[in-house]
Amino acid sequence: MSTQMPNENKPTPLALDRSDERVSHADSIGGMVRAFVSRVRSGDLGMLPVAIGLIVISTVFSILNPIFLAPNNLVNLLFDCATVGIISLGIVCVLILGEIDLSVGSMSGLASAIIGVLWVNSGMSLPLAIGAALVTGAVVGALYAVLYNRLGMPSFVATLAGLLALLGMQLYILGPTGSINLPYASPLVRFGQILVMPGWLSHLLALVPGAVLVIAGLVIRKRRQAVNLSSQPLSSLVVKAVVLTVILEAAVYYLNLGRGVPWMFGLFVALVVILNYALTKTKWGRSMFAVGGNREAARRSGINVRRIYLSAFMLCSTLAALGGTFSAARLASSSQQAGTGDVNLNAIAAAVIGGTSLFGGRGSAYSALLGIIVIQAISNGLTLLNLSSSLRYMITGAVLAIAVIVDSLARRSRVSHGRA
Amino acid sequence: MQRNDIGLPPKGTTILKLSNVSKNFGAVSALTDIELEVKAGEVVALVGDNGAGKSTLVKVLAGVHQPTAGRIEFCGQEVSLDSPSSALGLGIATVFQDLALCENLDVVANLFLGHELSPWNLDEVAMEVRAWTLLRELAARIPSVREPVASLSGGQRQTVAIARSLLLDPKIIMLDEPTAALGVAQTAEVLNLIERVRERGLGVIIISHNMEDVRAVADRIVVLRLGKNNGVFTPDASNHELVAAITGATENAVSRRIGRNSGEQAATGSPA
Repeated sequence: MSTQMPNENKPTPLALDRSDERVSHADSIGGMVRAFVSRVRSGDLGMLPVAIGLIVISTVFSILNPIFLAPNNLVNLLFDCATVGIISLGIVCVLILGEIDLSVGSMSGLASAIIGVLWVNSGMSLPLAIGAALVTGAVVGALYAVLYNRLGMPSFVATLAGLLALLGMQLYILGPTGSINLPYASPLVRFGQILVMPGWLSHLLALVPGAVLVIAGLVIRKRRQAVNLSSQPLSSLVVKAVVLTVILEAAVYYLNLGRGVPWMFGLFVALVVILNYALTKTKWGRSMFAVGGNREAARRSGINVRRIYLSAFMLCSTLAALGGTFSAARLASSSQQAGTGDVNLNAIAAAVIGGTSLFGGRGSAYSALLGIIVIQAISNGLTLLNLSSSLRYMITGAVLAIAVIVDSLARRSRVSHGRA
Repeated sequence: MQRNDIGLPPKGTTILKLSNVSKNFGAVSALTDIELEVKAGEVVALVGDNGAGKSTLVKVLAGVHQPTAGRIEFCGQEVSLDSPSSALGLGIATVFQDLALCENLDVVANLFLGHELSPWNLDEVAMEVRAWTLLRELAARIPSVREPVASLSGGQRQTVAIARSLLLDPKIIMLDEPTAALGVAQTAEVLNLIERVRERGLGVIIISHNMEDVRAVADRIVVLRLGKNNGVFTPDASNHELVAAITGATENAVSRRIGRNSGEQAATGSPA
């Protein structure tokens, strides 16, 4: 496969992928910036909505109430992000297929009820109770997939029915008391409310992404050069890694001025990283995007489309159950209210704001992380202002509508710019 | 690129044999008792009018539709093509009329879709090199293999689809209207490509409405009409015979048109 020639006297040959003079390539840092601008103009927005959203939100809320940006408030914010964020991670999976799961809120509520009943009321061990909740999630997801694959029931309708059915199940197993308090001293509640990483560990972990970026970048660079493909310039690699590390270290430093980085948030980020790897670097992930982009083409390439739907629905419901477990830990209770209200919409809105398209075929695990920070920042800020829940619902609804409008407009622009 | 020619049957042996294959869609018989034979190193052209059942036949062979009745033999053994992956696994590759590409994925991802290298840690570098090598062999003008397919022109997409069908070293390749969207030079490239594939000992089934292209490459021309076999011709058959078989009558729209034109010419004298 190597194309290296023994005669060295001829001019350096063009890289294999640079032989077409019609294509422009962004090799320098200036080129990177120009490429970014043209990507955004053609509707490939990436992280831009999140960045703008966060700047606007933090400016407005810190003017209205300076406590918003206080370290301990941000630590609380991260605790809250982890619960709905994990649910949103599952939503990303079904959205990539162009499907939807409207029952994640009810599923999370059911999971928290299962844990309350099995662990506190029946005295089952905690890991078993959590396991039971997760298995319930997997079974519900498998059921949706069967309804979709075998009976052709649109996921929208199947999960809408599931929303009611699961809520009913939650109320049924909680019984007439309606609310179960989880013991405050238990590891689960401590995990959901108190436990934070030691300062040195959080600083160390903040170095990891930059280091991984540089090492992986160098390995790929070497392999690409060995087979005569163009590779990313070293300078841009280093700049990216440095910027990322500085941002992360600054964030960790600021959070450590307060209580520190919650373990629960750390676990959420770890799940995001794992899902991101699965979506971008495995055959499963490639098949997910293919099915979301053109289902029939994926089927004709020999992909088992039904199994892909099954995996996505099961993953979504299981992650919803895990999110429900965490929110039970966060609230130290399993109640009839768990998973109701705006949990569903917040999870979906977070994925869309973060850049996962409602139309299928586009998205990333990081959209759940970035989107939920925006959503929770709004919710947290509104709570600090002591606004009534009527106003909070209206504002959150407006934010979701704006996110979907941005998604639709960007998609239209992408189609006309040939970026799909 | 190394090719795995081991396992290809010697030229002249029958790879694919269909007997009495029928396909019904509800009350409509799209295919009735189709007989077809493809040998190694042979190009078979399937021609017929719109609705003759050409694309349906290709989809049956690709495992997209399942036949209602009939027998399909592949390399002497009866097979059931119950899914696209079983057809691909046997070595039947297809370029569909609608190309069946995922527009949101880039060229490399489309070429390797369903057959990625190292499934648990995708080997993007090896896949990209193989993609460039394959596209070079086809003399394809693809600007970048890292752009989504949505940004490519119709002809470029056609090339990507053909390249994809060759990636898995198939024994037989089916092309549904491969030249319909192509310019003059690209059409010639595709015809050259078909001849190269034939020389390697693969069987080729090509569907086309363009009689010139069909004559240029086909060893046999199989005519379908209303879902039934309607004759087998050699490339030196006259246009008149072919059109008659395709339309089912010696007196047809094409012959009437020719007759009318020559009549007008006779009346007005020779054209300028």
